[in-house]
Amino acid sequence: MLNSILWTPLIFGLVAMLVPKRLAPWAAGTGAVITLALAVAVLVGFDPDGGMQYVVDTDWIPGLGISYSLGIDGISIFLVLLTALAWIPAIAFTALRGVERPGLFFLMLAAGETATLGAFLAQDLILFVLFFDLMIVPFYFLFGIWGSDRDGVTVQSATLKMIIFTLIGSLLMLVAAIAAGVIAADGGPLTFSIAELTEKGLPNGSQNWIFWFFAAAFLVKMPAFPLHGWMPDSYRAAPLPALAVFSAVLSKVGAYGFLRVVLPIMPDATELFQTAMLVIALGSIIYGSFMAFTRFDLRLILGFSSVAQLGFITAGIFALNESGSEGAVLQMVNHGLVVVPAFLIVALIAERTGSEELGPMGGLAKRAPVFAVIFLIVTMATLAIPASANFIGEFFILNGIWQTDIAIAIIASSGVVWAAFYALRMYQRTMHDPLPEGADSREISLLDALVVVPMVLCVVVLAFSPQLIIHSSEPAVAENVEKVFDEAGAGSTAAYASTAEPDESPHGTGDPGHEEGSE
Amino acid sequence: MSFDSPTIDYAGLSPIISLTAGLVVVVLVAVFDSVKRFGPALALMTLAVTAGCLIWQWGTEADLVAGVLRIDGLAITLSLLVVVSAAVAILLSRGDPASAQAGESDYLGLLLGSVLGMVMLTQANNILTFFVALELLSIPLYALCGTNLRRRESLESGLKYLIVGSVGSATLLYGLAMIYGGSGATGFAEISQGFTDGGSDLLNDSLVLVGVGMVAVGLSFKVSIAPFHQWTPDVYQGAPTPVTTFMAVATKAAAFAIFTRFFLVALIPLIDQWDVILAALAATSIVVGNVGALGQNSLKRMLGYSGIAQAGYMLCGIVVGTQAGVDALVFYLAAYVAMNLAAFAVIVIQERRTGFSDNIASLKGLGRENPAVAWPLTIAMLALAGLPPTAGFIGKLYLIQATIEADWTWLGVMIAVGTMISLAYYLRVVATVWMRAEPAPGGQTTAGASAAAAGDAAESAIDAGDLPPAIAGAAPNPFEDPEAGRRWYLIGPAILGAAATIFFGVIPQPLVEFAQQAGNALAAYVS
Repeated sequence: MLNSILWTPLIFGLVAMLVPKRLAPWAAGTGAVITLALAVAVLVGFDPDGGMQYVVDTDWIPGLGISYSLGIDGISIFLVLLTALAWIPAIAFTALRGVERPGLFFLMLAAGETATLGAFLAQDLILFVLFFDLMIVPFYFLFGIWGSDRDGVTVQSATLKMIIFTLIGSLLMLVAAIAAGVIAADGGPLTFSIAELTEKGLPNGSQNWIFWFFAAAFLVKMPAFPLHGWMPDSYRAAPLPALAVFSAVLSKVGAYGFLRVVLPIMPDATELFQTAMLVIALGSIIYGSFMAFTRFDLRLILGFSSVAQLGFITAGIFALNESGSEGAVLQMVNHGLVVVPAFLIVALIAERTGSEELGPMGGLAKRAPVFAVIFLIVTMATLAIPASANFIGEFFILNGIWQTDIAIAIIASSGVVWAAFYALRMYQRTMHDPLPEGADSREISLLDALVVVPMVLCVVVLAFSPQLIIHSSEPAVAENVEKVFDEAGAGSTAAYASTAEPDESPHGTGDPGHEEGSE
Repeated sequence: MSFDSPTIDYAGLSPIISLTAGLVVVVLVAVFDSVKRFGPALALMTLAVTAGCLIWQWGTEADLVAGVLRIDGLAITLSLLVVVSAAVAILLSRGDPASAQAGESDYLGLLLGSVLGMVMLTQANNILTFFVALELLSIPLYALCGTNLRRRESLESGLKYLIVGSVGSATLLYGLAMIYGGSGATGFAEISQGFTDGGSDLLNDSLVLVGVGMVAVGLSFKVSIAPFHQWTPDVYQGAPTPVTTFMAVATKAAAFAIFTRFFLVALIPLIDQWDVILAALAATSIVVGNVGALGQNSLKRMLGYSGIAQAGYMLCGIVVGTQAGVDALVFYLAAYVAMNLAAFAVIVIQERRTGFSDNIASLKGLGRENPAVAWPLTIAMLALAGLPPTAGFIGKLYLIQATIEADWTWLGVMIAVGTMISLAYYLRVVATVWMRAEPAPGGQTTAGASAAAAGDAAESAIDAGDLPPAIAGAAPNPFEDPEAGRRWYLIGPAILGAAATIFFGVIPQPLVEFAQQAGNALAAYVS
């Protein structure tokens, strides 16, 4: 089952490369739809309390102790669904507009989907690293071949910066992953299975450097504040449909890596560096928000808002309690669902105004009420307005941090306010204000609406019933967090003892944001 | 005085015999005009027969000719790599000015002579055969580098290689003499025994240590380990490209075979003395090679520097002194052979198509015009940069694992750091092949446009300034071939090399088992 989910996109991508140009989008689209159907089928048969499910485990390179093992649990299932879902609008949006060399484009896009799914499904550390590295390759080509030079920054230099930043992290992670396996084996038979590594545990001293090598890879991927240097240039160079999935899903792999790899395998180091990671997360929230409301380029506003959102997610994970981690998982999905339509809307706006800068924009809502409403929903979800799933996610996260460190929680909650600031600024400057000359307030076309609306509907549905995700992911997340304290022994037991009641969520909407109010 | 002639194991000796016979035949056919044109076919057949003999002997472990040669997993695996690269070099030489100007059969004879030296070198188990085989490998190569008779760079490259190579050989010979002086033996196993019997006094004897150091230096010249690498970029660039291909790939395989065997068999009692020195050499090489490659505009020079860095990675496999290290080294060498053959085959195609320019800028737009040529090069570059899903990734993983297992974690980190630096130049090639060089029309601010224009101007300056002059004299170059991308003997190796790189990246287990043959051969000596 997981094998077919993983390889379907790539196989159809190869088909897209071989069939006549006209049929390439259909081939890739079929692959993406089948993948989504398979992912939904997995969800239907999924048992929240069942631990790792649909396990595939065969030898891959027995000589090196590496196995090809896949599995899905409460942490990864919704990220897999998100991935399967996000690729469809990206493919459809590109197909509607046509693209140069479509075969290669769709092959690369599909390869990106396979690699990303692989990273979410891999249960062998080396396999995880391999897929993590592999993700960047198709996007390097997507950004490089179909991207455009902007403001004197060539595509070449932007993509080079991106891939070097990412791979510096990945290579350190490769060393760390091998070291984790070798040290845990301690002369015995070598294995890289994440579950077995968790069981064996690593000695205290070596956890520390291994932790940072992994953290480097994940923080670059997100990107988190001091390591985001590659983001602005490559976001501006990238073709928008590819950027939409890149920003929605690939950044989540970093956060997911902390939950999947770092917390279980390096519990002592996780506890030791909890404050450091919270400070980095805080830096990302503040820096990302600040940059997002000072930029004029729509891509950068969305890009930096992602930095801030990923800061929230990291903070939630490193609150090291159930509430924080659950909020993080929910927020990963929420953010992914919001970002895909957001970037596609940027593309639609650019088609209407010929620009992606806030400066010469405005008034697009005038003759396009439906378009405006769609954008409004996306904006509101971005700023985590109460009643949105994002609000619940952030609430859980802040609740988690509050239990860990009140000072950090207070500063972090200011990010919610800033989010309102930059999101509304973006909406207002594009949709309201007077319509400038040359801009065309055109209603969204039916086909475009069909591409964008399903994702927006998902946002709305999730707003009404976020417990869908919380319920299914809770056991896995709880187990994951408990491990940190089981292994690390008595730590900050206070944080561990008090966990949020999972039933709180539906009422969370009615529970007005005293978190917001605290600022 | 009676003298017992050694028993000769003809089966074990068959690869060497077939090569020698083939060499004689190939040189002789040049005398008869009617069969002259079969030279390349005969040379290829010789290599095929040799490969057949090697596969036939798969799994054999035996001393040959009274122990001066030894056929085992290490010798067979690396000889196979040598034979494959020689076959590709012969294919790439077809229609090359070098083989035409030097006389085809002479050229092929030299090449086969060098292969003979290499195969002997992988089997050498005695310092005499070691040195003789090394010279047999080197001397034809000196001549081959200069076979492009009408091009100054080629002659210069031959001369440079001759001088530097002789210095290396002399250093090596001196070192070998000192080791003989210390251990009193010439066979590798006996040398090892001699050192073990000699006790700690002998192990710390300055004569012996100087000897070990000189052997390390001499071999470093051969495999181009920094700081003994200075000849590499010049010679790689100047030599005819098929010869460069052969040198870059086959020489490395053969020289690493003897490097491994000599250090891990003969000098294994001294491992605590030499491991730090070799580790330092490996680290230096990784840094120097990768940094040196950054600023290169000539593809061949770039691959020369990259070869220095790759040699540094591979040397780590010897430093750790374990069986896993040897496995990793051989796996990496096999991957290195596949990816470099693909890259060099594309360079040969590009040279023939564009009037013998190997400038990176000449690759501009290749992805659009000729994907069949662009893909092998792209895959080779991604593999050299160690990205999945290629054998290059698995090879790096294997090496890093070997270093960490043997507690040389910092060397593993060095490999990772070197790889990071290397991304910049490998991906530059990929970007040139696939990405638009000119700024996209429209949507440009004036500042952006002028900056881009400045960038373009700089680039065209590079274009104009750095193109190596075509063959002096003749205006229309008879060896230019716009259709080079369609010739099976050029595109075939490129595609096969790239396919192998991907195949062994996705299904590495067969290659892992291949490499473990080599490690098993040394099981008696290393842990």
